[in-house]
Amino acid sequence: MQVTLKILRYNPETDAQPHYERYTLDAEPTDRILDVLEKIKGHEDGTLTFRRSCAHGVCGSCAMRIDGRNRLACKTLLQTLDTSKEITVEPILGLPRVKDLVVDMTTFFDNYKKVLPYFINDEPLPEDGRERLQSPEERERFDDTTKCILCAACTTACPTFWADNSYVGPSAIVNAHRFIFDSRDRAAADRLKILAGESGVFRCRTAFNCTDACPREIKITKAIAEVKRAIITGRLD
Amino acid sequence: MSVKTHQYEVVIVGAGGAGLMAALYASKKASTAVISKLYPSRSHTGAAQGGISAALGNIEEDRPEWHTYDTVKGSDYLGDQDAIEFMCNKAPELVYELEHMGLPFDRTPEGRIMQRPFGGHTNNETGKPVHRACHAADRTGHMILQTLYQQCIKNDVTFFDEFQVLDLIMVNGKASGVVAIEIATGDLHVFHAKAVILATGGWGRVWEITSNAYAYTGDGPAMVLRKGLPVQDMEFFQFHPTGIYKLGILITEGVRGEGGVLINDKGERFMEKYAPHVKDLASRDVVSRAMYIEMKEGRGINGQRYLYLDVRPETVNKYAKIDGRTNPDGTPYQTTAEEILHKLPDIIDFCKTYLGVDPVKEPMPVQPTAHYAMGGIPTNVKTEVLADENGRVVPGLYAAGETACVSVHGANRLGTNSLLDIVVFGKEAGTHAAEYAAGAEFAPLPADAADFARAQLNAILNSKGSERVADIAAEMKHEMMDKVGVFRTEEGIQEALNKIRELKERFQHIHIDDHGRTFNTDLLTAWELSNLLDVAEVTAASALARKESRGAHARDDFPKRDDQNWMKHTLAWRRDGEIELRYKPVVLTKYEPKERVY
Repeated sequence: MQVTLKILRYNPETDAQPHYERYTLDAEPTDRILDVLEKIKGHEDGTLTFRRSCAHGVCGSCAMRIDGRNRLACKTLLQTLDTSKEITVEPILGLPRVKDLVVDMTTFFDNYKKVLPYFINDEPLPEDGRERLQSPEERERFDDTTKCILCAACTTACPTFWADNSYVGPSAIVNAHRFIFDSRDRAAADRLKILAGESGVFRCRTAFNCTDACPREIKITKAIAEVKRAIITGRLD
Repeated sequence: MSVKTHQYEVVIVGAGGAGLMAALYASKKASTAVISKLYPSRSHTGAAQGGISAALGNIEEDRPEWHTYDTVKGSDYLGDQDAIEFMCNKAPELVYELEHMGLPFDRTPEGRIMQRPFGGHTNNETGKPVHRACHAADRTGHMILQTLYQQCIKNDVTFFDEFQVLDLIMVNGKASGVVAIEIATGDLHVFHAKAVILATGGWGRVWEITSNAYAYTGDGPAMVLRKGLPVQDMEFFQFHPTGIYKLGILITEGVRGEGGVLINDKGERFMEKYAPHVKDLASRDVVSRAMYIEMKEGRGINGQRYLYLDVRPETVNKYAKIDGRTNPDGTPYQTTAEEILHKLPDIIDFCKTYLGVDPVKEPMPVQPTAHYAMGGIPTNVKTEVLADENGRVVPGLYAAGETACVSVHGANRLGTNSLLDIVVFGKEAGTHAAEYAAGAEFAPLPADAADFARAQLNAILNSKGSERVADIAAEMKHEMMDKVGVFRTEEGIQEALNKIRELKERFQHIHIDDHGRTFNTDLLTAWELSNLLDVAEVTAASALARKESRGAHARDDFPKRDDQNWMKHTLAWRRDGEIELRYKPVVLTKYEPKERVY
């Protein structure tokens, strides 16, 4: 089959403004958008610039806007898109453009680091040196939010984040949730305090864009609601 | 290009599991920087699925000695037994350390770390598979990578993200820093250091069908070869039995650990012919070869180059009954679609996304996929890089993880031992590099420290030919898959070697489109291809010389292992455009080589 990609191009060294370029090529319905981008880069236009690494949805490098929705290029097969029309490929929104589909991730990772995204428990370790105990039910409580790959698809789909990127965004809240609801962690109160602040969870307007965007199918809106509830009730159940 | 200079006592190249573990330990004692071409969370450790091995005995009796023996046997007696024993004895301590860092392992009903069986891991008394792989669903590598990165943030480790290291700076034979390009700006940076740790991962992108990330381009070994240092055992590259057909995406051995079986076109569970005791849970080299034989003899599905991996509950339950598989409490092992979904969520997602196949309802089409480098930069147990076959150390230079060859995997790695390797030897590297740095001075930097890196980039930028990088890469991958893959012959390897040399010549006449400074991935992809070609060449040359079959190196023309002549490690240098091979003995302690039967 033939497919046409309409790609937003921008080279800061030569372009005053971003512009679209169109590429038409042969492809298979099972090709991923990433495969098509690689074909263009390899055989037609080596200047086309995008990030990629694992190519199967676990490293989080290739988040981009595909037909207006945030997706990983490596998890989006042509057969899931309307290929009778041009497929529009643009960089994720809300972060500064670097070149073509590459954006500056600094703000995204800075927001992530604000929520203490690491295990905190200064109590003595078990005397036998072995693992801290945790029941399967306690482990299950935060399972969903351990899946996050920090691809930024959710945060850069969020209208609140577009308007003000001091809002930590859904990804940071997901990563806070992963520790807040971990029975072994001891810093939930500190994280909840941060997230109760002006750049925290109450900026969320429940647009659900984040949940739609997540390539890991994390129930992000639910996780945010649980964090909100924990702040309001002061309970972690 | 302008050059910026930085100074750190320890510089770590790569931010996967080995690099991050090294960073946590080095930064306790020394000023440390981690330089990575990817954001750390993008590293390929995150793609590891099934588990990390340690004889915790949480489900059933297990011992580090059994783990040691299984690893020695799995290595086809090419692994160094002192290093293997060290790693397997350290395993429980390191797994507990990860848990103490917050790693969310799955749990037993008693609240302990959950474990599952994996290929080649056995109870040495009964010969039955043992529950040794500690896991977090089928995303154990993701959890290790995230946990280590989180701890690095907590400990304020300094990162230079999206900086591609291009060259190692050597002063009077000592490692004294690295040169890197800042990808976003195109600026060159010199990192002046007392000690350098290479943790750059593997090079599966040499082959056409691979489970490996685009980033896996052999940067570490290629840089080391260019400094006149050797690489070790490059002929041993693992083909994982179960990659998704055509795509190569990994389907964890944990699928077979949970009771999945391989099936041929006649509906036969063919592994019982090749490994009568542990069947589908034999070592990866054994299973991949069996699959090739099945396909060659016409029993691929519909005569095609794939087989089925079947984890449908009815299939699992049928074969569990035939095998007499039991739960830890002695009751017969039975599973449900819901349990499979819970244990293998990512695998099910991959199959649905890429194949439109739901593995609890249909079998998965799979073929062997290039997966893991057993060889690499030679080191001793302290992770010090070695300069020759006599164990001479390169002062200040360390290597850990897939890029290194200690050698704990020998001729074939057991599943789950890679995640163990990165944490055990990452920690050793960080610890020893910081100790070394404490007693060392900064060597004066040469004025031309960045010249070689700059010259490599300029050669690509100024090349005026018409060859395209993508074409050369495609030809290399096809040739290596065909002729230096699961089965090899003298004639085939020689043809591949000739082809790689022809491609290296053609690489001198490439043309790239992007001559800008900002985020020039056209330039860096070309540079990475030069690394892949160098690595492919030493792989083929090492494979051509080794006239025996051992582990992942299977020669049709020399089908037997030959301990008399070949129980030795290969060291390969590039000298004046030629590959020079020398050999060193395997370290044996208490395990005498035996025939390998699974």
